[in-house]
Amino acid sequence: MQDGTVIEITGLRTQFGIQVIHEDLDFSVARGEVMGVVGGSGTGKSVLLRSVIGLIRPAAGRIVVLGHDMTALPPDAVRALQRRWGVLFQDGALFSSLTVAQNIEAPMKEHTRMSRRLRRDMIDVKISLAGLPPEAANKFPSELSGGMRKRAGLARALALDPEILFLDEPTAGLDPIGAAKFDRLVRGLQRALGLSVLVVTHDLDSLHAVCDRVSVLIDKRVKVGTIESLMREPDPWIQEYFRGPRGRAAQAAAGHGAGTGNG
Amino acid sequence: MAAPAPRLDTRLDGACLVVALGGRWTTRAIAGEDAALAALEPDGAKQARIELGEIDEMDTTGAWLVYRAARELKRRGVVVDLSGGDQEHLDLIATVAAHDVPCPGPPPPVNPLVTLLLRLGRATVEVLAEARDLVNFLGHTTVVLLRSLARPRSIRLTSLVSHMEQAGLNALPIVGLMSFLIGMVLAYQGADQLTRFGAQIFTVNLVGYGVLREMGILLTAILVAGRSGSAFTAQIGTMKVNEEIDAMRTIGLDPMEVLVIPRVLALMLTLPLLTFYADMLGLLGGAVIAFVELDISFLQFARQLSSGVTPWSFWIGIIKAPVFAFIIAMVGCFEGLMVSRSAESVGRRTTAAVVEAIFLVIVLDALASILFSNLGI
Repeated sequence: MQDGTVIEITGLRTQFGIQVIHEDLDFSVARGEVMGVVGGSGTGKSVLLRSVIGLIRPAAGRIVVLGHDMTALPPDAVRALQRRWGVLFQDGALFSSLTVAQNIEAPMKEHTRMSRRLRRDMIDVKISLAGLPPEAANKFPSELSGGMRKRAGLARALALDPEILFLDEPTAGLDPIGAAKFDRLVRGLQRALGLSVLVVTHDLDSLHAVCDRVSVLIDKRVKVGTIESLMREPDPWIQEYFRGPRGRAAQAAAGHGAGTGNG
Repeated sequence: MAAPAPRLDTRLDGACLVVALGGRWTTRAIAGEDAALAALEPDGAKQARIELGEIDEMDTTGAWLVYRAARELKRRGVVVDLSGGDQEHLDLIATVAAHDVPCPGPPPPVNPLVTLLLRLGRATVEVLAEARDLVNFLGHTTVVLLRSLARPRSIRLTSLVSHMEQAGLNALPIVGLMSFLIGMVLAYQGADQLTRFGAQIFTVNLVGYGVLREMGILLTAILVAGRSGSAFTAQIGTMKVNEEIDAMRTIGLDPMEVLVIPRVLALMLTLPLLTFYADMLGLLGGAVIAFVELDISFLQFARQLSSGVTPWSFWIGIIKAPVFAFIIAMVGCFEGLMVSRSAESVGRRTTAAVVEAIFLVIVLDALASILFSNLGI
């Protein structure tokens, strides 16, 4: 994998009407790292993710993804760029009229010249990579549990072998066991496929298990660092977040040696 | 990023088959290489060497192709060995190999005749069950409505007025425009045909009968079904999805009383008013065309109307209005309450509400026509 940064944001401002969400925000993600984004409710975590993937146009600033300035790119080029990343939305956002296999096939059919048989092979590999049982291939999203839907969404996000993976609250709505498994899965895939990952989450355990660095959204900007370095920040919200009872519990759990095998 | 396309060379080196790969083996670059690798023949070779040294870039698809080629050669008893290649690429191939878990293929298509019968049967059962539930709901609504009317204090006045505004007042422009145009259309067609017999004055009768008896009420009802019936389903359905209905029950509020009755009453009160308004504008539309096309003055139009059209025609239209309103509102609320807990079913139920409401309105209208004609009015 090449070195360097995959996402670089400088001087970002996003606003809806007169409400300013981000102001003069600088942020970057290095290739091959897992960056977590945390922050209180309404600080614009998902907005940041949506700005990077081009669903929200910023009011000012530059967003450079994989060397291209998203804010200056014509729509065609944005679409071409979008093939180079995968997004897992909160509840998987699977197409409800298609089976899991057809969901994974959709981006392959659209954007590659792979033969039908190779597509079938690759669907099987992606289903297995995402930790789904083979029988899940012919099921419809409504027949799957929440955790399985997320895995299927992950398999679809991996369909085109993306360079960057965006995860929006990947463990929200999963039971603790399922969440821990999903964390291990993401970490394992990230290592095996050399992915760069941007993950928006509330889940402290997940932060400890998955992230190399963490960005905290505070006062319309971000504070970036490893969890250890962030714990030394004087900011009261950060202190409360990492040193509160849940933060301490998660830290203790991670200290116990969270497995990072392939879930 | 413009690395060369995937390259593939095969040659026989003594008893050893050499497959040299190079370039970009990625999902986006791979096209025909898949077939070429699948068709790889050992040609009697007992050994094979897959050279990966020249590969610039590889992702899971590329790794899969290498793995599959090796797997197929091994299956034919050839000793395969991978040579060269970055550790990264070898790791990826190992990852893919670990995930070679074929999924069952899509289920075979069922005999179309069987599918057809299956669907027919299922649809029949569904329609019957729906009809049964609707009749059930009709009874329930009627009982609660009568009980509410007996205790007027239990009627939610704010909700009632708000629905009357949305279903009635806000519908005035569209209902008015539509009726005016329908009156015009009737007058045009009547004028065209009746002039041939020199009976153009009867255009007034045609417009009067047409608008007052049928067109005014029927088209207004259809419009209200599309406008307000669907809105009722969508509103109640969304509340159902958000578990608001469950919340309502847990704090001891009856959804029938809080949601259904105000809507039903609001529509029963507004549809007759809307119909009256539609009648007037329909007649106006007819009168305008009669004046422009046939030189029948407004006074003449009014005189012909009062002599040619009985007041009963007007009352027949108005009498039907509350009945249709009851049907439209009831179906709208019923479908809303039938929404399951998914956003998708809100859309499906809304469509069903409009179709059912319009269908029932037209059936009732036909029955009313037969009834009134037998009564001789």
